[in-house]
This record gives sequence, C-alpha cells and structure tokens, in this order.
Amino acid sequence: MSAVLRIPTVLRPSMGGESVIAVDGSTVGEVLLQITTTYPAIKGQLLNADGTLHRFLNVYVNDDDVRYLGGVETRIANNDEITLLPAVAGGAW
Amino acid sequence: MTRYASVLDLVGHTPVVDVSALSPKANVTILAKLEGRNPAGSVKDRVALSLVEAAERDGRLIPGKPDQILIEPSSGNTGIALALVCRLRDYHLKVVLPTNVSPERHQLLLAFGAEIIDSPGAEGSNGAVRLAQSLSEENPEWVFLYQYANPANPLAHYTTTGPEILADVPEITHFVAGLGTSGTLMGVGRFLKERRPDVQIWAVEPPSGEVVDGLRSLEDGYVPPIFTDNDGEHLLDRKVIVRPRESIEWVRRLTEVGLFVGLSSGAALAGAAKCAATIDDESTATIVTIIADDGWKYLSTGAWSDDIDDVVERAKSIIYF
Repeated sequence: MSAVLRIPTVLRPSMGGESVIAVDGSTVGEVLLQITTTYPAIKGQLLNADGTLHRFLNVYVNDDDVRYLGGVETRIANNDEITLLPAVAGGAW
Repeated sequence: MTRYASVLDLVGHTPVVDVSALSPKANVTILAKLEGRNPAGSVKDRVALSLVEAAERDGRLIPGKPDQILIEPSSGNTGIALALVCRLRDYHLKVVLPTNVSPERHQLLLAFGAEIIDSPGAEGSNGAVRLAQSLSEENPEWVFLYQYANPANPLAHYTTTGPEILADVPEITHFVAGLGTSGTLMGVGRFLKERRPDVQIWAVEPPSGEVVDGLRSLEDGYVPPIFTDNDGEHLLDRKVIVRPRESIEWVRRLTEVGLFVGLSSGAALAGAAKCAATIDDESTATIVTIIADDGWKYLSTGAWSDDIDDVVERAKSIIYF
C-alpha cells in the first residue's frame, strides 16, 4: 500500500531533511521498518528493541493514534496519511 | 437561590447541555458539560481545590501558617484556579508560565495575586514543567503540587466530575475530553469504567505546533506521570488528533447553539463529532464531552471575528490548553 508519511521537525535531520515522504507497507510496523532501512540514523528513535513504539513517539493514521488501534500491526490502506509526532505535555498547539 | 459561605463552595456541580444540533448523526446525542461555570472559570478549579486540600491533609500545607509558598507550572487555567484557592486560603503562589499564553490569562493570574515566573514560550508546557522542577529543587521549602504527577488531580475528577456525569447522564455511551495533564480522562475514565465497563473513553490530542518544532530530540518528550500511573494506555479506548483549523471551526459552530467557549473546547467538540461519525445508523449513542472553559480568555485571538487563516496562524504560537 502506498501512503504518505509526515515527519516532525525533530526527526527530520535523521531522515534527509524531508517533511513528507511516500511510503509503502501494509502495516505501521512495516512502514517504520522500511524507514529505518532507508534512513539508518533513525533506528532506535522510532521503535524499541522489542518492536514496540518509542514511548515519546505517537503515530497517527488519518488522525487516529495507532496505540489505540492495532499498534504496529495497524493496517495501512492506499492513500492513508501517517503522522509521527513527539509526545509533549498537553497545553500547546 | 442557594446561599454559599465561600466562593470555593461553588466549584463543581456544573450543568450539562444538549448540543446535538451539531451532531453529524441524528441517532447520536452529544451533551456538553459546562466547566466554565466554575468560579475561576475552568475545569481546573476542581483540580486546584483537590491539590491544595490533599496537601493540607498530608501536612505539606498548614492552614493559617504565614509565608507558605507554592510553585506550579501552568499554561493558564490551573494557575488561575490555584491563584483563586491560594488567595482565599492565604498562601503565596508562584506560577511558572510560558511567555506565549494569551494576555487574558496573564492578567487573571495577577488579579488573584499570583506571582508569575516566565518560562520560554518556544518550550511550551514542557519548558514550564522543567523550570518549575528545577526551582522547586533549589527551594525545597516551597510546596510543589505538580499537577502532572499528583494523584489528587485525577482524584478530583474521580470523586466529582465522574459522579456528576453519571448522575446526570446515566445513558452515557462515550466520554470524550481533551488530553492535557490527562487528569480529566484518567479520573472520569476510571470512575465510568468501574461502573459502566462498556462506556468508551476517547482522548482528544491537542495540536502541538511550534512546541513540537522546538524539541531538540525525541528524548525531550513528555508523558504525564498520572497518565502512566493510571495505566492510561489501557484506560483509553481511542485517541484522535484535532487540527487547529478544526478547533477554531468548532469554536465558531458552538455559537450556533449559544455556547461561547475556549479553543480547547472546540477541539473537544471536533473529537466528539469524529466519535459520533463512527456510530452506525442503526445504533444510538450518547456522547458526553467537556467544555473546559468559556471564550473570554481567548478574545485577543480574534477566534470569532478574524479571518480563519489568520487565527490558525496566530494560534500555532500561542498556548491555549
């Protein structure tokens, strides 16, 4: 499946400076693994050694936090929008 | 009318109003609990009172003892609520406040006698939390109530907001609220799940804008300890993000039902509408959401009068939650 991935400022230096890239994969986990292959510098910033999400990383598929869907197993459909966002204290836009 | 001995007796027991005229589905009722009716103007009055009373119970604060100092990081509403409680209980409050909060919040804090310590606006609430932590370590005699980690925060909602909702809306199927400290969601969520396990708890993640842009690394991230302590990841059924434009659009739509609300409440209603949209046509549902505060403190944003693109741009650099 082809989807769009939005990258937050804090992760861009490790991902070639890009803010939006096209990605392939049928699950969130597949997409994240694909990214770490393309951008080895990002390894460890997205996933823990056991394959779970980094505790300060939130991943949204079409505005839904995947932790409350299927986690890294969440299915990706064609043209989905995946957004990576750092976890911050609530209180800002 | 009932007669009250103190303004603090006015905290809580807020009304719930039907705003289903804004529901995207005719079979889904949306009810809004109006926390702006609290005396200092927000849901945080419940939290501030609970934090201070817990500290008085455990002896960290002693009523009547002179020169007791409290310090707290706040993007506004908790600070204002604490300022009111401290004014009435005769404590001195220092609020660590990011410089980019709306001017109305700044002035309300001063009105209730709080002292303001500036923290860098670009670092948002994270920066205010860090500065308050370091100041409290340097001044161990100050009482640091730390709303992000204090169980008295969710307890306020477990003992007041949750029971009020269930008493007023026994048919509730979904609870939707903004995620800040997570106190409302953890307290109300736990209360409801214990009594109605089928009730779905939805969190609305506020847009994070420039604060997220200001992070140096992912390790600067923050998850409130009360979220972790209450096993928030299992308590919540779903978390959705709402964009600034959606929030402003919903703030404006809420005036159609006569509600003049703060910007985070626009996000909460946007979340409630997303929730309603997931209900199939053959079912019925009753969603309760929280209007955290009224619109007065946000007039300087031009949210109701200016071009929406300008408001959204302005909103990205100002803290509203």
